[in-house]
Amino acid sequence: MSGTTTRAPGDLSSTTRDGVGASPRRPDGTLKVTGEFAYSSDMWMEDMLWGMTLRSPHPHARIRGIDITGALKLPGVHAVLTHEDVPGEKRYGLEYEDQPVLAFDKVRYKGEAVAIVAADHPETARRALERIEVDYEVLEPVSDSRRAAFDPECPLVHEDGTLPVHEEYNQHGNVVRHQPIRTGAFTGGEALEELRSRAAAVVSTEYEVGMQDQAFLGPESGMAVPAEDGGVDLYIATQWLHVDQRQIAPALGLPQDKVRLTLAGVGGAFGAREDLSMQIHACMLALHTGRPVKIVYNREESFYGHVHRHPAKMRFEHGAEADGTLLYATLEIVVDGGAYASATPAVVGVASSLGIGPYEVPNVKVDAYGVYTTNPPCGAMRGFGAVQACFGYESQMDKLAAELGMHPVDLRIKNAMKQGSRIITGQLMDTPLPMAEMLQRSKDMPLPPAREQLPDPSDLRTLPGGVANTTHGEGVVRGVGYGVGLKNLCFSEGFDDYSTARVRLELIGGEPVALVHTAAAEVGQGLVTVKGQIARTELGVERVTIHPSDTQVGSAGSSSASRQSYMTGGAVKTACEAVRARVFEIARERGLVSPGHPDAVLSLQGGKLVSETDGVLAPLADVLEGGAVEETREFHHRPTHMLDPTFGQGDSHTQFGMCVHRAVVDVDVELGLVKVVALDAVQDVGKVMHPQQLAGQIQGGSTQGLGLALMEEIQVKDSQIRNPSFTDYLIPTILDTPPMRIDVLEHADPNAPYGLRGAGEPPTLSSTPAIVAAVRDATGRALTHAPVRPEDIVGIEL
Amino acid sequence: MDFLRPSTLEEALAAKSAHPDAVPIMGGTDVMVELNFDKHRPGALIDLTRVPELAAWGPEGDGVRLGAGVPYTRIIAELGERAPALAQASRSVASPQIRNRGTVGGNLGGASPAGESHPVLLATDAVIELASVRGTRRVPAREFYLGLRRTARQDDELITAVLLPRPAGPQHFSKIGTRNAMVIAVANFSLALDAGTRTVGTGLGSVAPTPVRAEEAEEFLAGEFDWDGGAVLDEAVVRRFGELVSSVARPIDDQRGSADYRRHAVGVMARRALSWSVTDYRKSLQDPRGDARCA
Repeated sequence: MSGTTTRAPGDLSSTTRDGVGASPRRPDGTLKVTGEFAYSSDMWMEDMLWGMTLRSPHPHARIRGIDITGALKLPGVHAVLTHEDVPGEKRYGLEYEDQPVLAFDKVRYKGEAVAIVAADHPETARRALERIEVDYEVLEPVSDSRRAAFDPECPLVHEDGTLPVHEEYNQHGNVVRHQPIRTGAFTGGEALEELRSRAAAVVSTEYEVGMQDQAFLGPESGMAVPAEDGGVDLYIATQWLHVDQRQIAPALGLPQDKVRLTLAGVGGAFGAREDLSMQIHACMLALHTGRPVKIVYNREESFYGHVHRHPAKMRFEHGAEADGTLLYATLEIVVDGGAYASATPAVVGVASSLGIGPYEVPNVKVDAYGVYTTNPPCGAMRGFGAVQACFGYESQMDKLAAELGMHPVDLRIKNAMKQGSRIITGQLMDTPLPMAEMLQRSKDMPLPPAREQLPDPSDLRTLPGGVANTTHGEGVVRGVGYGVGLKNLCFSEGFDDYSTARVRLELIGGEPVALVHTAAAEVGQGLVTVKGQIARTELGVERVTIHPSDTQVGSAGSSSASRQSYMTGGAVKTACEAVRARVFEIARERGLVSPGHPDAVLSLQGGKLVSETDGVLAPLADVLEGGAVEETREFHHRPTHMLDPTFGQGDSHTQFGMCVHRAVVDVDVELGLVKVVALDAVQDVGKVMHPQQLAGQIQGGSTQGLGLALMEEIQVKDSQIRNPSFTDYLIPTILDTPPMRIDVLEHADPNAPYGLRGAGEPPTLSSTPAIVAAVRDATGRALTHAPVRPEDIVGIEL
Repeated sequence: MDFLRPSTLEEALAAKSAHPDAVPIMGGTDVMVELNFDKHRPGALIDLTRVPELAAWGPEGDGVRLGAGVPYTRIIAELGERAPALAQASRSVASPQIRNRGTVGGNLGGASPAGESHPVLLATDAVIELASVRGTRRVPAREFYLGLRRTARQDDELITAVLLPRPAGPQHFSKIGTRNAMVIAVANFSLALDAGTRTVGTGLGSVAPTPVRAEEAEEFLAGEFDWDGGAVLDEAVVRRFGELVSSVARPIDDQRGSADYRRHAVGVMARRALSWSVTDYRKSLQDPRGDARCA
């Protein structure tokens, strides 16, 4: 991308090459670029069988019977299993154990797994599926999330007694979680009319965010291999090995240590691999047949095989004084969790606590609902509840600014949070938050040249519609928009999402080498590079080997919530510090350090033991002669707490991240087509660990937000997906992706290793509202639905 | 499934005659998708990639005979002047990889209403060449599309070539997609003016079960256009032309766009293509050394 201005860190004085702050190459980079990297779908064993899944054709139906005899008779079929064959717990789930391993009694979404087959050829398995007869009694789908939330007559997706009980939050009917938040006048009851009467400007709007897909390129896949001890080894593309293990073992009726997981090559995740897909199924088939079983979903199946971003329906009202000072805000947000809970309760926790955004508002009333419907299940996706709210509150800021005749950036600065502010849950912003400065920097960035100043304004690639030749400039209007978002980083609400690292320092061929072993999932984000950088910086060695991630070491937590550099980075750093301390001890035992040198003046640099005062004391090789040094450490972030169920107060979040975007668009206002001309970001990351990978995260997050702004939506009608393919679920191409100027700030978070802040999610929040605001600026349309469709721009009702 | 690999046209025609249900395959960009998604299970595939004359083009009369298997990449590179609208349409197809493989013959064989070639072939009055062991016949594109994915091709016939008349005036092609590349058409439009016969050709795609012409719009414009002077048209004429084009659309609501939007969009594309054509036409009159017929 042109104009990248990522700044290098200046405060870490590592003398070891490719340490923290440098941009070393990814260890898996060349393999991926040359097509030689083995993804999970590429695995192969000589005697393996192919697993395949029979899925429900109905979104809501009672199962009266399943007849597998026809499938079993087919030569080459080794197993046909249903819910009756689940050896242990029949349900699993990330937060609530409400999802059947294989459907029984009822199916609750179209595509729900009903039976599984193992055969010696995928085509045989497919034919076997056709011979399984399922007797369904079709039921009315529960498609409308607002009805599920508020209509007591709405049919239940989960009948009484089929749901686990969570007293405080899981109150009734189809509501998975309702989280209210009340501050200021709203804590005393009905205050809205009085606040309205005091406001100089009131804006009230309904917004919708469509169901976005993570659209990873590597479909769900893995291989289960039965072991001699009666257990199973699973090679799997996932985001969190240990949470998979925790759910798989009970379903198989096996102790945790008999279910061993190793991370296979992951082709993208973005939250979609947080839930199980084919894991238990492959293990069941492998244990049943005694053969390795491989399952690979195809693209259409993948759309049914993982959770999506919760679609949201939101009602916002904001009131402000004449000078722009926010007086009050109310929000009712309903997120559609689909058939099973997945991460819905946590998504509600984020959507509510960050529902009004990074603004000082004295009086706030929020009601956030996550509901069950018979729509496709929704769960984690980059941004996790904060994305939906951000589209709403940022749209409101623009509308309010217009109402008051203010520049949208000035209104935001007027109400900007800073260090010392409290978010609406009462939690103190106790780390730097230079929001006003970031907004000003965004406004002050140079604008891209006007169309007529381009070297060739008739170049179709610069125009909306591109080479499809729909305009030579006719109807094209430029617009500019801003967006800012606040994201919680790491897990929230009392969850101790610690990470574990084992670091070993030893001599190999006379040279000191560090081995870093964690269970953290490399899903493309580049943690594999960062772990090596940290080991180099902390241990002063150039050679670092990254052990494959598996369950032979303690949990690393999930590769989500922008948390792995913080948590697994923190664990690697802590383990390295323990190794280093042990090295100093050994050096003392061996007489290599004179008594006048406390640990504080010692360090490991360039393969040597160094004293601040006396320089090199000994080569590291001399210290390690007696054998390897190995330490395992857990790293925990500060404790967090659940929001209280009445007023929604509590210190629920670990860390906060912020990104500001300015989008410049050219819109063909007659055809409703958009070309994003520039999408510039200002982000505070605390500390740049790897400048190149950071730029990649910001570009990628911004582009995923662009997709949600302009094209990405799983269209669901009557609980059926209309576009389960990359032909019709459109994601941005390079011709849709503009140059991005990236301005990175480094205000350290003192709680975090190196002062870093998770960087992956914040850009995904702010880019969507910035782009939609720019399209509004160009068209004058209200545009309350993300993604904006051509119909919305030209004013055709849908 | 049989996989037949003829190396001459004669063998190919014999194979098609012997296996009328066989599906011919060239680039595979459409056929393989259908197979992979298990939408069709033909008894046989006839691989035409080894039949040399299908992948060649050459002059015929004062026009071009385009082998059915010439990939889009070559049309863009080699036929920009001889078939400007078809080259424009080819440029809007999918991605470079698909354009290296995909062909006009495949577009005609699949006969998807969204195919990029069809509106151009209609607007420019191209002719489709069909061959079988019984002989060769030529069917105007304007008589080729019979119903949803149904064409004038008989079961034993292969599409061997398309005859593209020499351009005799401005030609344009436009396509709507909801992203700026790699997208199936929500609506297509092509316009071709013939200064020799003083006639107008149109083609619309993705707005009806088959590609269609807007004949009333063609006649209206042929009457209103200033063939001698290329005068700028009244706004009312341009608007009326757009309305007449829109009026033949019989679109559906689907996941790619609404019927109302499609109807609206072809009208806008028609108005714009007309104004570009007027500009081109005036330029060609002012610069007689330039090739008037190659907009």
